[in-house]
Amino acid sequence: MEKQGLELEITELRLGLPGGGDNKINEKKRVFSDISADEANATNDDRKIHTKSQVVGWPPVCSYRKKNSFNEKDRLETSKMYVKVSMDGAPFLRKIDLGMHKGYSDLAMALEKLFGCFGISEALKDADSSEFSPIYEDRDGDWMLAGDVPWEMFIESCKRLRIMK
Amino acid sequence: MHHDLALQQMSEDDDRSPPLDLRCASINKTRNCSGGISASGSSTSSSSSSSSSIPVPVPIPITEYQSPYPDQVLENVLENVLHFLTSRRDRNAASLVCKSWWRAEAMTRSELFIGNCYAVSPHRATRRFRRVRALVLKGKPRFADFNLMPPDWGAHFTPWLSVMATAYPLLEKVCLKRMSVTDEDLQLLAESFSGFKELMLVCCEGFGTNGLAFIASKCRQLRVLDLIETEVTEDEVDWISCFPEGETCLESLIFDCVECAINSEALEKLVARSPSLKKLRLNRNVSIGQLYRLMIKAPQLTHLGTGSFSSLEGDPELDYVSAFAACKSLVCLSGFREIIPDYLPAIYPVCANLTSLNFSYANITAEQLKPIISNCYKLQIFWVLDSICDEGLQAVAATCKELRELRVFPINAQEDVEGPVSEIGLQAISEGCRKLQSILYFCQRMTNAAVIAMSKNCPDLEVFRLCIMGRHRRDHVTGEPMDEGFGAIVMNCKKLTRLAVSGLLTDRAFSYIGKYGKLVRTLSVAFAGDSDTGLKYVLEGCPRLQKLEIRDSPFGDAALQSGLHHYYNMRFLWMSSCRLTHRGCHEIARAMPRMVVEVIRFEGEEVIDEYVETLYMYRSLEGPRHDAPEFVTILRADG
Repeated sequence: MEKQGLELEITELRLGLPGGGDNKINEKKRVFSDISADEANATNDDRKIHTKSQVVGWPPVCSYRKKNSFNEKDRLETSKMYVKVSMDGAPFLRKIDLGMHKGYSDLAMALEKLFGCFGISEALKDADSSEFSPIYEDRDGDWMLAGDVPWEMFIESCKRLRIMK
Repeated sequence: MHHDLALQQMSEDDDRSPPLDLRCASINKTRNCSGGISASGSSTSSSSSSSSSIPVPVPIPITEYQSPYPDQVLENVLENVLHFLTSRRDRNAASLVCKSWWRAEAMTRSELFIGNCYAVSPHRATRRFRRVRALVLKGKPRFADFNLMPPDWGAHFTPWLSVMATAYPLLEKVCLKRMSVTDEDLQLLAESFSGFKELMLVCCEGFGTNGLAFIASKCRQLRVLDLIETEVTEDEVDWISCFPEGETCLESLIFDCVECAINSEALEKLVARSPSLKKLRLNRNVSIGQLYRLMIKAPQLTHLGTGSFSSLEGDPELDYVSAFAACKSLVCLSGFREIIPDYLPAIYPVCANLTSLNFSYANITAEQLKPIISNCYKLQIFWVLDSICDEGLQAVAATCKELRELRVFPINAQEDVEGPVSEIGLQAISEGCRKLQSILYFCQRMTNAAVIAMSKNCPDLEVFRLCIMGRHRRDHVTGEPMDEGFGAIVMNCKKLTRLAVSGLLTDRAFSYIGKYGKLVRTLSVAFAGDSDTGLKYVLEGCPRLQKLEIRDSPFGDAALQSGLHHYYNMRFLWMSSCRLTHRGCHEIARAMPRMVVEVIRFEGEEVIDEYVETLYMYRSLEGPRHDAPEFVTILRADG
């Protein structure tokens, strides 16, 4: 019985976690354990993670409407930023949604999982430290080394990704 | 709005009758019907004694049916009569009378409604119904709209289309909701049905302007092309230019959700050569200047979506008022995607005739709304943003005495902010709009008193969806839970069929729903309830329940068990972030072999919890689907 929830003073305007004890239901799921310090402070919204005051799919405004929202955060949340990713030596192209990642290390983890390899996060931090060179094609058609510009700038300009060896 | 009425018809459930062959579920609700379900090719089992009242579907050969019965004349008469029977509920009932009626009904059903694309296979459907002209097909559950379901879950149109391309050459109309549609599908559709007339895609995705180009160019009889809240990728194809030269049959062209730029010159020419065009809804890339040029070519329009309603550089100052004044038949207005409020007065001439007005993308204030709304005395459907505040709603209540449907959307869909609308707006609406049938209201604070007032003032309410955006919010005046308010709604609104609850709710609220909500078909629950008892009240108390969607509520396996007697009567059950365990879900799967019990994981979720992230289950004649992605586990009856 969730009596704890009723005993808490829930005033209408709160800055902290709403619901108090009932958050037990929310806490257990989808917690990403590795959050590097600089990305914890990133303002980029992530669709899947439970941030302090945001829950997936709540309030229930359908994603179509959120996309047209006047609220920048809502729009970012729902925009899909699919880019093609190729890796030297891998037979297939993959697609990933950049908007779903919080930062470079999150992206690196996803790429490592996608291609079954290691060393991409090192490459993003320091270009010489790993066998990989992740590069991306920007809006002007130029190929740049990934990891130099701030994350938000990167996802706005990246059109495709290539992991060179 | 036409599409809203059509959507409402679509979301009205299968007239409370079970799908094609699951007869015994409705005939004998208290029994587990696994043994009694008859289907083509499979044998009926233990309930054969009662199966005399359940016709066994006879496999129909491909060639024209040869009746061995002496009353062939009677059967022909029956077929002619049944042509007039349009309601699918009536048709389902007629098909149960006897074999001959079953056959006649199957031969004469021209509109096929499939509420869940996985409940029945395309082969089974086309084997039974031979002469279908119109298809309505629904896929994903509604919570997929809120990103609660990972992409690529399913609901593909392709398998349906590939079967129908040969089975229904005379198909004229296809209406899809929450389905995944590809460009190749649209190409095949355009090429397979020479008489194709109407395509409606609601909340669909998976295709782009390439697909639209096929439809435009190849469907020579096309009357309706309606894209509603559908994602269309930009393939850089000028699909508007793909419509053939010469006069078209177009009656409705709705593409306000298509995000790509439009060749406005081609659109003007298209409108000019479409004399039957009554409904035109433009996307946000059409400026008000372009709108003007379109409107003067189509004064016969009844439904208009205005596009951006703002001007581009180079748009001359035009007499927008006269353009609107010329549209004497205009009854439905929407659009205003990037509105410049200075242009609002242009619509004054049509206000008095409007029955439907959609301002839900227009960030306007109460002051800007008032001069408009004070003339809209015939208005029946009104969608708006909460930017108009309680004051704006009071203005609506003062004038719109005919209002049937109100939707108030949040301009800022966050918790923990000050909201512009509250119980004051709701109260005003309840007092001014006594004929209200349907309401969707987003707010940050609410009181039981206002909800109770609405329950008493608006006895015709069929749809009550209140979304208090802060989770677990109490009545902000009394500090009480919102139980009494929702209790009053189910108690006093005797026609209520759809309910969405929010705010702090205890099991008491659910006891009210179970006790009084006897007609409720659709129930949406989020962050509510104390214990299993809450859900039990609902499952045991609501005999008409068809669609139940629950998230983040403390309901567990015991509660799930309490619905066993009823699940075969339902379209689906969705429970996410509740207290269900894998074992509990397995037990359901074992007890109900005709339910497809899907356990859905979110991508990237490594932790194997004891709790199930998402349970989505639905009745089906086909067993587990073969197109499930790897993040979906379908629990089998045999463990």
